[in-house]
Amino acid sequence: MKEARVIMDTGAHAAALAVKSARVDVVPGYPITPQSSIMEAVAAMVENGELDARFIPVEGEHSTLAAAVAAAAAGARVFTATSSNGLLYMHEVLHMAAGGRLPVVMCNVNRGIFAPWTLWADQQDSFAQRDTGWIQYHCSSNQEVFNTILQAFRVAEQINIPVMVNFDGFTISHCLMPLTLPPQEDIDRFLPPHKPEWRLDPAHPSSFSNVTNAAEYAPFRQMLSSDIMASIPLVKQAAQEYKDITGMWDGDTIDAYRLEDAEVVAFAVNSMAAELRLSIDILREQGIKAGLLRLRLYLPFPADDIVSALPQNAQVMVLDRNYNFGHPGGILAAELKSVLFGRRSDITVKNRVMGIGGVDLTRRYMAAEIRAMMDE
Amino acid sequence: MTTSIKQLPDNEQVLSGNGSCGGCPSPMALRIVGKALGPNAIMLLTPSCAVASMGMTPRLAYNWPCINVCFATAGSSASGIAQAVEILKEKGRLQGELPTVFNWVGDGGTYDIGFQALSAAAERNDNIIHFCYNNEAYSNTGVQRSGATPRGSFTTTTPGGKRQPKKNMALLMLEHDIPYVATATVAYPGDLYDKVVKAKSIPGMKYIEILAPCYLGWQFDMPDTVQMSRMAVRSGAWLLWEAENGKISFNNPSSFIVSGIKDADPVDEYVMKQGRFNRLLKGPDAAQRIAEIQGDIDRQIAFMRERAKITI
Repeated sequence: MKEARVIMDTGAHAAALAVKSARVDVVPGYPITPQSSIMEAVAAMVENGELDARFIPVEGEHSTLAAAVAAAAAGARVFTATSSNGLLYMHEVLHMAAGGRLPVVMCNVNRGIFAPWTLWADQQDSFAQRDTGWIQYHCSSNQEVFNTILQAFRVAEQINIPVMVNFDGFTISHCLMPLTLPPQEDIDRFLPPHKPEWRLDPAHPSSFSNVTNAAEYAPFRQMLSSDIMASIPLVKQAAQEYKDITGMWDGDTIDAYRLEDAEVVAFAVNSMAAELRLSIDILREQGIKAGLLRLRLYLPFPADDIVSALPQNAQVMVLDRNYNFGHPGGILAAELKSVLFGRRSDITVKNRVMGIGGVDLTRRYMAAEIRAMMDE
Repeated sequence: MTTSIKQLPDNEQVLSGNGSCGGCPSPMALRIVGKALGPNAIMLLTPSCAVASMGMTPRLAYNWPCINVCFATAGSSASGIAQAVEILKEKGRLQGELPTVFNWVGDGGTYDIGFQALSAAAERNDNIIHFCYNNEAYSNTGVQRSGATPRGSFTTTTPGGKRQPKKNMALLMLEHDIPYVATATVAYPGDLYDKVVKAKSIPGMKYIEILAPCYLGWQFDMPDTVQMSRMAVRSGAWLLWEAENGKISFNNPSSFIVSGIKDADPVDEYVMKQGRFNRLLKGPDAAQRIAEIQGDIDRQIAFMRERAKITI
């Protein structure tokens, strides 16, 4: 029995190692800061034979995802990665991937979007893709990036829906953290080889994404909608079995910290949610019963899990690193309120937008913000 | 020696019954392509007449696995499939001969919105055949101008006639230094067949452009598709040529026109048979407008004659 290996690694390189562990077949790629390091690492692994796959150096992100979904239609296990405006440029193909039921896995390294220019993290890019039909994870550590890519392939291939694995630019993508690499046999046990139900096969001519009448189009869309909802138990199952095999756990749809008796609950995603654990400790030292509910699965929005996890009469402080233009505050707050409406009238929701375009979010700053929100 | 129409194989990849207009050159040309490619192929299409007429889900008039991809992505999508089937075969997850991966795309998906991805696929020399069936306009959306629309042509977005000449797309593809480029048209099925057979045997990126006279866009009588195709070639408005590894050779009858052995037919008859031109040729400047069209044709013939002399 081989032992797990612990190394120091960046989030971007952790993603590339997960791609290798998943035995991916095809990786189309195009550079964009801060994602480029993932593609560079994958290209090097293909070149030196570490990864038995094809790297396709395409000419833009729209083509990146087009090549990815086409390769998936041909029966390959496919990975790609992007960030910010690259993700926006893919928007049309995001819809095609989900509507075409092609189980691609893609990392999006969260970065604020143009204009004006920024290189640093917020979640405007991934949240803007809410209605494309992708399953969306958001990760808060390098280890979680590695673990989640493997879980994402399993879920995507079980239900034929593409999965986006999001994590913050630089804070996660470029910072070193300890990374545990499970033995390959364990990963192979968790993630079996890809056996697609259908593929482009000359022995069985059939059409993909062809013209439909309303009588056929509507059921296709209805199936996509209900299957996205049906992915929640698969996400939980993947997290649980990954834990059973590797011993590692990042939460499933949500991740809770000191939540059971909390009267004040911080609600956030990504790296700021990792920092928030320390803010919670500060608040607890100040005598405030604070806890954290980190959303790991943004889409489908895990309404039932959130509703049942929130303690009675809690004040929920939603810390949004994005704007919900046309509404006051951020997108997570709006999403949270919509699932609580009519189900948890005991809960109070308060909201702050912070950290836009990489503004530093320290544990002390966020603890002070939560403290101030309590008095509002 | 060009294969005669009587020698074409019997296999049919275009099944009877599809949604094309009467006289549509797209299934006509695709039928010849199918005879050359055979059944072991994967077909990609972008939104176009070819998709609108391929049969509503779950019916399919083309006897290949077909995927309809985003409009701008024929080049990159085909690369994805070509790379996927190659690696799956290498890994033992795909048995038998590698299928031919080919695009069946109009001039919009080639000259305009699809140009970037196609150019990149050519630069990567991925193992695909890109067919452009060129009807010189966006016929599927109601005949709007494209980069392939010739000067002087009426479209719904050039109500006074297009003021600019068309691109020489096949030449642009040749300048990507790909192993095979050819032009063809439906009036010369043996020529088209031979070119597809050749393309199939060459690894890397192949580009074949097929002039496809569209009765709706060009405004001629539905039964005259093949005649229009022949007139385009005989007037020199469309040149039949191919280039293996960058060396251009002209095919009959274009070879006679380019070499000067035979004069091209004057463009008047070809132009006056088409409503897209002749509706604008009723004013006092008709002679000047025809001269402009003739000038574009003469210039292209002269340019291609000189370009073909470069064989390094």
